[in-house]
Amino acid sequence: MKELDYPFDSDYILKKKKSLKKELLNQNTNFLEKKIAILGGSTTNDIKLILELFLLNYDIKPSFYESEYNQYFQEAMFENKELDEFEPDIIFIHTSNRNITNYPTILNTSEEIDNLLHQEYQKFVGIWENLSKKYNCPIIQNNFEYPFYRLLGNKDATDIHGKTNFITRLNLEFSKYADSHNNFFINDINYQSSLYGLEKWSDQFYWHMYKYALAVPAIPLLAFNVANIIKSIYGKNKKGLVLDLDNTLWGGIVGDDGVDNIKIGKDTSEGQVYYEFQNYIKELKQMGIILNINSKNDYENAISGLEHPDGVLKKDDFVVIKANWLPKSKNMLDIANELNLGVDSLVFVDDNPAERAIINQHIPSVKTPEMKSPETYINTIDRAGFFEVTNLSKDDLKKTQMYRDNMERNKIMASFTNYDDYLKSLEMHAKIESFIPLYMARIAQLTNKSNQFNLTTKRYTQAEIEEVSKDDNYLTLYGKLEDIFGDNGVISVIIGHINKTILDIDLWIMSCRVLKRDVEKAMLDVLVKRALEKGIKEIHGYYYPTAKNGMVKDFYELQGFTKIKEDDKGNTEWILKIDKDYEPKNKLIRVEE
Amino acid sequence: MTKEEIYNALDEVFQEVFDDDEIHVNESTTADDIEDWDSLEHINLVVAVENKFGIKFNMNEVTTMKNVGEMVDIILERQQ
Repeated sequence: MKELDYPFDSDYILKKKKSLKKELLNQNTNFLEKKIAILGGSTTNDIKLILELFLLNYDIKPSFYESEYNQYFQEAMFENKELDEFEPDIIFIHTSNRNITNYPTILNTSEEIDNLLHQEYQKFVGIWENLSKKYNCPIIQNNFEYPFYRLLGNKDATDIHGKTNFITRLNLEFSKYADSHNNFFINDINYQSSLYGLEKWSDQFYWHMYKYALAVPAIPLLAFNVANIIKSIYGKNKKGLVLDLDNTLWGGIVGDDGVDNIKIGKDTSEGQVYYEFQNYIKELKQMGIILNINSKNDYENAISGLEHPDGVLKKDDFVVIKANWLPKSKNMLDIANELNLGVDSLVFVDDNPAERAIINQHIPSVKTPEMKSPETYINTIDRAGFFEVTNLSKDDLKKTQMYRDNMERNKIMASFTNYDDYLKSLEMHAKIESFIPLYMARIAQLTNKSNQFNLTTKRYTQAEIEEVSKDDNYLTLYGKLEDIFGDNGVISVIIGHINKTILDIDLWIMSCRVLKRDVEKAMLDVLVKRALEKGIKEIHGYYYPTAKNGMVKDFYELQGFTKIKEDDKGNTEWILKIDKDYEPKNKLIRVEE
Repeated sequence: MTKEEIYNALDEVFQEVFDDDEIHVNESTTADDIEDWDSLEHINLVVAVENKFGIKFNMNEVTTMKNVGEMVDIILERQQ
């Protein structure tokens, strides 16, 4: 919904929240339902209501538990039946510098201040550890905004007696904790308040009147940031950018002006603006965002623009380049197809409002941020939270290479007439084994990102993944595939639970990057082998249809399972009887267990 | 703005905040007359009214305002 996309009108959202909610709920969407506990150190009512809107806008339907006013500490530390019964999926701790119990005074010694800092920090660590022990779910914690007055003036920042100094040190401790703990995320209100303007953010009127620790008009910015963290945890980040060229990545029109006259590079102010934007896009690429081009240009002209010596982005930074005169909506769909990605995971970046309108009209699920003047391009993309990072896996860092490898494979495939010969030529080898700590983050990410090759669409947090991997009643497998073109990383996951002599498959997913490579056969072979070792006689598979997983409707049938149940919603249950005579199905992948 | 214009503008704000097109306020309207008008929603109403008229209420006004009539008096006063 446009009203909730960045840059949004906060006053409008606050005023119209009731009707916006109705509208969001009326959309025909497959919502992911999540239970969110808000533990507050100040009033949280509107934070909850506005957070709900942003989450609905990300297709997440929250139900809420809200602590009593300023009871975040008590409710986290002591017996709390209500919260136990609620079984939160996420806990958001909304505290602010109003919740700092003891600030240093000007009379304290350096040692006393260290103690105060330690006590304050330990109070929070106690909360986090207790909560994560009890509920084993992701925790989102605000850091602290700067104080609204500075007793020592500018020295408040550097002198250990200053509140500003104290808060800075405390924030650093929070960051260190976040950096060394999975499933713990900082909502950076220190940055948000500075972006918003600390003076307005900490308007004391709202504290004294309603015990809000931030100005009510700033609530949408805070809620948006929390929603971004949550949608990222559930794998709803965007995956790629589809960029226009002329007046988007450089100034001017390369086809008309000639490559020597486009504006790019540090020599002129305008060229510098585009240079910095290209640099920002390059940074995104290094983080694992897939870059593509969708430009109305002759191909040669487009490439010549990218070869400009003063540009940052080069041809090799992009995976799919569409530079032609076809409608951009068609190019957009082709790009998604070639990448094997849902088109809704791409962001379209084009300075031309008419082109954006065409994409909006034909492919409304694609985000089309409004690119105004070029010096604001970075802000526009950056603040929208498309690529909010919660887990950065090693695979993310080499994404572009993986997608490029895939394109190479497709090219080679065209030269083979026999598909098996082609697969053989790839010299595939896989590692298939039970979950290991090194890959927990990637496995959790995959369970949340896979929509198409996903039999049950059951989602797991990293904490849950870690739990099932330790439980003897579960059988877990991950598959990692390499071939002559490179390493695909972890691309398939199975989780099954053991019920005497039956193995129920709770989850079977595979990344679409490796479709039709016989990975599923190799996975099944190992699954059967492990199951036999545990005395299993029957494997039961389940298929639950969603809007996106139609491609695996007949998956179990193709693997030799027999259908034993089907209900009117199309949910099916399948059975495969196994014994020592099981005939391995995979012939083309060398498997290391 | 005349008093009448202010009441019309206020109707709009109330209708939006409480998501009910039937709401019409007059000088004696109070929180008791509108179902969703509780202390938590009061703040949103105050912020929306402030934005609509480009004014700021002070703390004393927000706490002592007894009905819509008094709100209108403050708006009129601020406009002069």
